[in-house]
Amino acid sequence: MCAAVKYGSRGPALIPRMKTKHRIYYITLFSVVLLGLIATGMFQFWPHSIESSAEWSLDRRSVHDAPLVRIPMSSPIPERGDLSCRMHTCFDVYRCGYNPKNKIKVYIYPLQRFVDEVGVPISSTGLSREYNDLLSAISDSDFYTDDVSRACLFIPSIDVLNQNSLRIRENAQALAMLPRWDKGMNHLLFNMLPGGPPDYNTALDVPRDRALLAGGGFSTWTYRQGYDVSIPVYSPFSAEVDLPERQPGPRRYFILSSQTVIHREYRVELERLKEENGEALLLLDKCSNLSQGLASVRKRCYKGQVYDYPQILQESSFCVVLRGARLGQATLSDVLQAGCVPVIMADSYILPFSEVLDWKRASVVIPEEKLPEMYTILKSIPHRQVEEMQRQARWFWEAYFSSMNAIGMTTLQIINDRIYPYAARTYEEWNNPPVVKWTSVNSPLFLPLIPPRSPGFTAVVLTYDRIESLFRVITEISKVPSLAKLLVVWNNQNKSPPEESLWPKVAVPLKVLRTKENKLSNRFFPFDEIETEAVLAIDDDIIMLTSDELQFGYEVWREFPDRLVGYPGRLHLWDHEMGKWKYESEWTNEVSMVLTGAAFYHKYFNYLYTYKMPGDIKNWVDAHMNCEDIAMNFLVANITGKAPIKVTPRKKFKCPECTAIDGLSLDQTHMVERSECINKFASVFATMPLKVVEHRADPVLYKDDFPEKLKSFPNIGSL
Amino acid sequence: MQAKKRYLLVSVGACSLLLAYLCGLQIGEFHNQNHAELYGVSQDAGVPPRPPRWPEWVDPPPQTYLGEAEQEEDGPLLLHQHTSPRERREIQKNIYKSRRCRMETCFDFQRCERGFKIYVYPSQKGEVPSESYQKILAAIEESRFYTTDPNEACLFVLSIDTLDRDQLSAQYVHNIRARIQSLPLWYEGRNHLIFNLYSGTWPDYTEELGFDIGQAMLAKASTDMDNFRPRFDVSIPLFSKDHPQKGGSKGYLNLNNVPPLRKYLLVFKGKRYLTGIGSETRNALYHIHNGDDIILLTTCKHGKDWEKHKDARCDRDNEEYTKFDYQELLHNSSFCLVPRGRRLGSFRFLEALQAACIPVLLSNGWELPFSEVIDWSKAAIIGDERLLLQVPSITRSVGSDRILALRQQTQFLWDAYFSSVTKIVLTTLEIIHDRIQTHMSRSRLMWNSLPGGLYALPEFSSDLTLFPFYYSALGKSPSQEFTAVIQAVTPLQSQQQPIFKLIHAVAKSKFCAQILVLWNCEKPPPPRNKWPSITTPFSIIEGKRKTMSGRFFPHQAIITDAVLSLDEDSVLSTNEVDFAFIVWQSFPDRIVGYPARSHYWDSGKGRWGYTSKWTNEYSMVLTGAAFYHRYYHHLYTYYLPTSLLSMVDQLANCEDILMNFLISAVTKLPPIKVTQKKQYKETMMQQGSKASRWADPDHFAQRQSCMNSFTSWFGFMPLLHSQLRLDPVLFKDQVSILRKKYRDIERL
Repeated sequence: MCAAVKYGSRGPALIPRMKTKHRIYYITLFSVVLLGLIATGMFQFWPHSIESSAEWSLDRRSVHDAPLVRIPMSSPIPERGDLSCRMHTCFDVYRCGYNPKNKIKVYIYPLQRFVDEVGVPISSTGLSREYNDLLSAISDSDFYTDDVSRACLFIPSIDVLNQNSLRIRENAQALAMLPRWDKGMNHLLFNMLPGGPPDYNTALDVPRDRALLAGGGFSTWTYRQGYDVSIPVYSPFSAEVDLPERQPGPRRYFILSSQTVIHREYRVELERLKEENGEALLLLDKCSNLSQGLASVRKRCYKGQVYDYPQILQESSFCVVLRGARLGQATLSDVLQAGCVPVIMADSYILPFSEVLDWKRASVVIPEEKLPEMYTILKSIPHRQVEEMQRQARWFWEAYFSSMNAIGMTTLQIINDRIYPYAARTYEEWNNPPVVKWTSVNSPLFLPLIPPRSPGFTAVVLTYDRIESLFRVITEISKVPSLAKLLVVWNNQNKSPPEESLWPKVAVPLKVLRTKENKLSNRFFPFDEIETEAVLAIDDDIIMLTSDELQFGYEVWREFPDRLVGYPGRLHLWDHEMGKWKYESEWTNEVSMVLTGAAFYHKYFNYLYTYKMPGDIKNWVDAHMNCEDIAMNFLVANITGKAPIKVTPRKKFKCPECTAIDGLSLDQTHMVERSECINKFASVFATMPLKVVEHRADPVLYKDDFPEKLKSFPNIGSL
Repeated sequence: MQAKKRYLLVSVGACSLLLAYLCGLQIGEFHNQNHAELYGVSQDAGVPPRPPRWPEWVDPPPQTYLGEAEQEEDGPLLLHQHTSPRERREIQKNIYKSRRCRMETCFDFQRCERGFKIYVYPSQKGEVPSESYQKILAAIEESRFYTTDPNEACLFVLSIDTLDRDQLSAQYVHNIRARIQSLPLWYEGRNHLIFNLYSGTWPDYTEELGFDIGQAMLAKASTDMDNFRPRFDVSIPLFSKDHPQKGGSKGYLNLNNVPPLRKYLLVFKGKRYLTGIGSETRNALYHIHNGDDIILLTTCKHGKDWEKHKDARCDRDNEEYTKFDYQELLHNSSFCLVPRGRRLGSFRFLEALQAACIPVLLSNGWELPFSEVIDWSKAAIIGDERLLLQVPSITRSVGSDRILALRQQTQFLWDAYFSSVTKIVLTTLEIIHDRIQTHMSRSRLMWNSLPGGLYALPEFSSDLTLFPFYYSALGKSPSQEFTAVIQAVTPLQSQQQPIFKLIHAVAKSKFCAQILVLWNCEKPPPPRNKWPSITTPFSIIEGKRKTMSGRFFPHQAIITDAVLSLDEDSVLSTNEVDFAFIVWQSFPDRIVGYPARSHYWDSGKGRWGYTSKWTNEYSMVLTGAAFYHRYYHHLYTYYLPTSLLSMVDQLANCEDILMNFLISAVTKLPPIKVTQKKQYKETMMQQGSKASRWADPDHFAQRQSCMNSFTSWFGFMPLLHSQLRLDPVLFKDQVSILRKKYRDIERL
């Protein structure tokens, strides 16, 4: 391109005498440049479209078209696999790099058909349906990269899911031939059926250097904790069966054993248990009269009676999963799918995904030796817990077992969490089923603390223009011993606050903050000037609270620093006639909100209100000039799961909730609007987080027959 | 010429513009690519979605990996059927020994069938173990697992001090090998637990102990993952000899600051080894030190001949080092770097934890303390020594909410498991205990949330929703009913006895599921027809041990979450009962009662004082009338040591104080007092009822001394003061009594 321009630049030499030909020259130059641009554009974009369409057409390929690779006899064999491998010794973390998304990049080798020198394939089955599904799922995921140089993890397309179909030596050689093998560094192999007769190793026997192994059936001696990943043994036959989730609860059978191959010693034990406990146990075996094939997979028999499998699993509370020759059993997957609680008896077995899943919540693990005690052990589990476990078992299956996709993604996520531990998924994210995620509350201020009294609190007075009343409020608050600072949020843009000399003289720092807009949410803004954790939000007309009442409120807040602690209380009620929520400000025996016209709360909630308020609530409140206090009550109750605390008896408040629409306090429309707020917020939160309580906090000796002067807070409740 | 120049200029300009455009195009494309890769989003509308990158075969492989043979567990031969499971287990026990020990191969479970009891070998005459080891042994001896009978023991602990196995150390005990072999119950170390803090020595600091531990379990600090036998050994924290025996000092956090960032982002102050094992990371720290919010200070001064290895940075580092105070840094930093020292663990780890300074661990291969049960990702940033340079960006990327949560978790973990030697030892023992009774062990939630594994006894129930602590984490709430447990000590004589009134009042409560009378009187209990006729289920339990502690026995008959504990002479109205129960539902982990008492520090006598005077604050509520969770019956009976329980029994006093101690120790919160109609107890005392133990002049003195005994066992004063009382919302408000739900409380 530059050549063309250079040519153009010779223009002046070619037309030296044309003194007035500037314009022509410019036009020529312009067109040359333009042409150049078009050409570059073509160059930039043209080949790409060709490439992608080529890829597209290539994607409809046949497995048989995969290139054939012949493995020379003398091809090197990797080391057997180092038992001491850990992420920090055998994994090259530099390949993963630091990236803001904290996501590893996974590369999949293109499919090749490996054969030995005489042309015999290295595996009897080649690519299996499951491994193909797995690779396909990974390549569709966010983890995938097709750029080998940027990959952190490499997945060979050599299928080693089932060791029985493999030629071990040749598979090992094939692995070593992979272009980026590099002693197996950062390579991940998936295997579900390890070992072979007679001793059945619990990990894949294929020598694999430092490669990570996602294996089904690890024992504690072969599993390299924090390096390997224990995965389930996928159950392809049951995955095809649609078993709808059943409500947790008691089932027809208490214990069910459905495995067809159980060591005879164990079968004898099970039969003894059956004799002792009768109908509660169902012991199934394979059906002798059925031929092999799918039919035999889908049926189980007991004394000539035929049962559908896996459907029958749904009829039992507990289902036995005994080890066979291997530790990992596909039955586990079936049992979870049926929402039956697995009773796992496989000593030294590393349960699938045990690095992140809390199996105690979904299963019962019993040492093989204790098989005779199984019934007693299971009977000691409370019903409620069995139901929880049934739900949990089903959820584990849905989230982590149900497909090769789920298994692959879980494995990669576990490895991802190790590489970026500071961004790892939490225990709750891994283990809480959706229903628990919805209903459980993990308060951000969970540590039981009673903050020291000394830092005191900051009073934030919201005002517009009621100067006289404001000054009275300031004078009153300034008498409170624990007051540390006074902030006046001046919400009137048309009028300046009074001169400094006119303000009441107070002992603590007083600062006026002028706002840019008259918004209610300004009162909850986390101003830098608030240096204490305790905030007292107060309206400019709350002149009736005594200094004892305010100090007591602060003391109560110290005992409940994660709650709203306020004076006037309000209630939400369900209006059966209208079928919606209603706001109540009458004298009720219950409280679910406190007005923020006078309330103590943790400064943390200012951040939440300002930056984390769900939906459009914040704007809605500012637009309607109402309900900021209801919004705050929703927010706090939702995140802490706790009710506010109302302190001290009810007073004649001059309608503290209607500062914005002065004088309309008794108006029905005001109540209607507040009710609307509750309904609006409940729909945004998609739940009703408010908690109703019947108590309020008073000083210990309030109204007790005791000398007033000996009481810490004598002046409570005066009108 | 001028024109020529101008043409030339313009042409050159155009040329460079084009070049810039070209480069821009390249970069732009690079950016695009980056963006798409990073966010994994399919390209904007208009562009067809990216085709799947693993080919979609025209002939997808039909066969499944699970061949017919595998469904049959390896065919009709059933090869594995030849070895019986029992034989297989025996074979495994012979293969997996010593360094490959696991519970199932190296531990004799049969020894534990009579419970989890621990025997400590008697110490040799004239031999004084190190201070730390003495504390460990004392902790075991004071625990509920201790036994003096080796025959009933499940676990054995050596009296020989094995804490310091550094040959260069003064504490090193010689000749251990022979002495251990001579122990009559050694059995190759089976069921033995060996504690160790330091192993190996300069220069390579291997984990060599200098003797063969055989099949014994190791509770060891600074364990390397390589040598750690998972679910067999226990990794413990490194603690100093000044670590307190009991109680322990509190975490430094007393309020949650927001925004949670402190003055410094990341700090470290410590030695730099210059050469040898563990020196690389510390030698490289200066790369990320910025002198502003990342303060990483090292000194080369240690040992005698540090100047021999001195490098170019030493003088500058040493000078910087003295400018900052370690404690000041600890208190004012959000994160604390905890790099490995010569060994993997360091004192710094616990120091950071206590200071609520979130540890950033740089110690590759370190099996973190109690990693079997503690989820460290909730309290620390686990870094990689190889990625030291990423540490600043990683710490900066941690959001405020996460910092807030991590910081609180450091405090919870510190207080629950680390603040004293006793806690460290008990945690170690409970981890092993959990392995022995697998189906009755703590779940991860119990270990990693308040109040922690030591206070959550799994024997109580395997159902977490039956504990008072996990309602909100599991999205549950306590049951809507309570069981009234009335302690009866006087024989029934007349219908006028207060117990009759009490039973009637309680039975009228709609929340009352059942009433149990604990008959703790010498005379046999009267038949049912002598008792008031009520419809509420009513039963009498005759205490086997008619003792004070018996009132908190976890009777099977109590099936509700809430217990209303009552004295026979308590005076309560139905309204009061209802209201207190409603309050308890909001605070199911606390004790909610009526009459309250207080403690204070008597500086004149240098001990804790007890007062029953009316005060503006209280720290106990009497269990003669109080609601609490039934789990506390279990905890009281099985967690507290027999020494305290028998003290209560002998005095026939203080059981309520002990219950308040226990609950406040668990919750770290004061009890809750609710309003009551009459001044209970006080009125009783005035009547001078002979039966009332409250009239006894010794009674008060006993309670004083109880307080002090309890405090010394707990190792700290768990009681906390509250200044508030919970009243019904409209209590004594100037509104018609008809509007009020709890009217009786106000009537006199």
